[in-house]
Amino acid sequence: MKRTLKHLLIAAACVAATSAHAAVNVLACEPEWEALTTELGGDKVKVSSATNALQDPHRIEARPSLIARTRNANLLVCTGLELEVGWLPVLIQQSGNSKIAAGQPGYFEAGAFVPRLDVPGKVDRSEGDVHAAGNPHIQQNPHNIALVSVALAKRLAELDPANAAYYQARQKDFAARWDAAMLKWEKQAAPLKGVAVVEHHKNMEYLMGWLGMHQVGTLEPKPGVEPSAAHLAELLSQLQRAPAKMVIRAAYQDGRASQWLSEHAKIPAVVLPFSVGGDDKSKDLFGLFDSTVQRLMDANK
Amino acid sequence: MLKHSVLAAALSAAVAAPQAYAADKKEQKELAAIRAEIREMKAAYEARLQAMEQRLQQAQSDSAAAKAQLATISGGAPSAGAGSPATSGAGAPAAAVATSATPATTASASAVATPVAPAVAAYVESPSAPVATASAGGANPASNLFNPNISMILGGTLQNLKQDPSQYRLQGFAPSGGEVGPGKRGFNLGESELTMAANIDPQFAGQLTFSLSGENEVSVEEAFIQTRAMENGLNIKAGRFLSAIGYLNGQHAHTWDFVDAPLAYQAFLGGQYKPDGVQAKWLAPLDQFLEIGAEAGSGAAFPGNDRNKNGAGAVSVFAHIGDDIGASSSYRAGLSYLHTAAEKRAYEDEGLTNNFSGKSNTWIADAIYKWAPNGNPTNTNFKLQGEYFRRKETGTLNYAVDTDAAASGDYRSVQSGWYLQGVYQFMPTWRAGLRYDRLSSGSPRIGLIDSGALAWANLPILQAYNPKRTSFMVDYSPSEFSRLRLQLARDQSRPGVTDNQIFLQYIMSLGTHAAHSF
Repeated sequence: MKRTLKHLLIAAACVAATSAHAAVNVLACEPEWEALTTELGGDKVKVSSATNALQDPHRIEARPSLIARTRNANLLVCTGLELEVGWLPVLIQQSGNSKIAAGQPGYFEAGAFVPRLDVPGKVDRSEGDVHAAGNPHIQQNPHNIALVSVALAKRLAELDPANAAYYQARQKDFAARWDAAMLKWEKQAAPLKGVAVVEHHKNMEYLMGWLGMHQVGTLEPKPGVEPSAAHLAELLSQLQRAPAKMVIRAAYQDGRASQWLSEHAKIPAVVLPFSVGGDDKSKDLFGLFDSTVQRLMDANK
Repeated sequence: MLKHSVLAAALSAAVAAPQAYAADKKEQKELAAIRAEIREMKAAYEARLQAMEQRLQQAQSDSAAAKAQLATISGGAPSAGAGSPATSGAGAPAAAVATSATPATTASASAVATPVAPAVAAYVESPSAPVATASAGGANPASNLFNPNISMILGGTLQNLKQDPSQYRLQGFAPSGGEVGPGKRGFNLGESELTMAANIDPQFAGQLTFSLSGENEVSVEEAFIQTRAMENGLNIKAGRFLSAIGYLNGQHAHTWDFVDAPLAYQAFLGGQYKPDGVQAKWLAPLDQFLEIGAEAGSGAAFPGNDRNKNGAGAVSVFAHIGDDIGASSSYRAGLSYLHTAAEKRAYEDEGLTNNFSGKSNTWIADAIYKWAPNGNPTNTNFKLQGEYFRRKETGTLNYAVDTDAAASGDYRSVQSGWYLQGVYQFMPTWRAGLRYDRLSSGSPRIGLIDSGALAWANLPILQAYNPKRTSFMVDYSPSEFSRLRLQLARDQSRPGVTDNQIFLQYIMSLGTHAAHSF
């Protein structure tokens, strides 16, 4: 009996010891941050994403499984800027995990580290689902990913000082590869400069800003409001006067409105992966932009 | 300003000078008139100048305020310069984009023009990035930054009830005195809710919800504080709150999928159980969701009542488990137990007042299953939920209190009820749902009847019956903040009477509404 107890105690101590030395447990709100955390943290972090690329990050249920994962996380890596306002506060509150509450080192808000677009001067719900802190879909500009990577590596080092050098080295390596990739994408996408597009939701602003494309209309009459027949008809007549080159949407968005416009305005409908896992090629952040640029170029032919 | 006065003085002097030489009275008169005119002009001129200066000052302070607001929104720092991640991130042009919200094209130019490597190298992480404050503050003046978040719920119904609602009863169940029945006929203003919530300090957060009824009554729906800084999965709440027993009990009425509460909630909890007390919840450190908790309350809420007693008058314990099933489905299931007691819990029957004193124990089993293709509920999703209640009450029934016929005897009842509902969103913004309710009153053991002192005819409400109801609803939600609903129900809650009910309802949410739980 005594011996069993001793064994049990040793086992418990071992579990405690391993858990103390275990990797930083990261819960990313979106797959792009899961991918970036993997790039920077390697095998020193355990990371999963609360959402996948086929889900609308605005509309996620605060599911029990997500509450459980939030409870066990040492670090939340989220876009912020009110993108997750419909579900993340519930997860944080119900998790009983104060380490990852807003304002704590365990809460990393990527949106805080990048220049933001579409910051409204006036916030009113009659304008639809507006974000007071600016457009939150920042991952669509790779320069933003670069900025976030520096801050995230610092944060990982802060939470796990023993591996600080490791994270810094991986960040340096990532930044070098990323800079090269960005030059490649920018060269490849040069013909897209000045191209007019229609988008589903106002979630491509950072991408268009990066590549010099510009938006001439959205399928949603107002942010977060479903496309209506009347609005689409109006958009179509507008396009007949001032045509656009393509209509783009994210992988998680319903294709019907986009298809309708594509058929009637005779312009290609482009589905962009939007995040890691949004299509077969987007297995990581590099693949995400490879695929994005490729799809835009194909449609621009 | 000074220049203008000098000029005006010089002008008047120039006009005044020749006056000495003018002997003619008429001329003098004319001159006086001109002088007066000039004085008037001067006064008017100065007044206008002053007004313009004031306006200029106003404009300057306005633009300063606007700048400060923009800085708050975009970086949290009062000046858009030092420390703002945006500035140090991509150089000055990008910062200008962030603060002044220039159209995308300008942003693109600067983003592309800024070389990447230096941007990354020059990047300095700001020690604190108070974006949470910035987003919470929005464009408010600084003095309002600490005001609680305010949200409102407005609701109303138009009801067509075949049967007179004043006759409504759940046969076999002693009336709870709570929200039972379909409400009034015709137009009804629903409960308007006003919620204020904020963090109190690093340790606590608080929330107050008023409910304003259509009858102009104000009541405290919820008023609680809860811990923020507990670790290890602990959460503690104190005050008046929606108890975590069952599933629907913890959900605010405006999030319900039907206009009214299931019959089981009406019969066993008087609508919704909201104790005044404390709640502790603990979330297990597992990959699956496992939560256990306990509550201690005053016991004043139905099925208990106010008993003028120290300590806890009601205790409940609950456990919930939940997980995902693949990428598309998830569930939560739970078991709860509520132990309370009543002393002279009165109800009216046939013009007489009867009351019950004794113990009341309720078990609730609940489960909810949600499905959405790939976990994306935007287009279509489905929700199936059900709960089972079982309540045992033992004690004394006092018949016709305060009358000559008063009598007392043992009372023992075991009653149960359940509901099952499914709601399907078949296209964006449109949902349809079906709910079936059933209660089983059982036959209570009543000492006064067993002994022959009373007959069932003396206690008509307690006579055994199995009330049932079927409800169908369809609702339309143009946005997540508004909902319009049509509900049809066929209610057979008392023998021999079928009530066909039609409800038209609106529910709207205003302000910074808190996120909904699963």
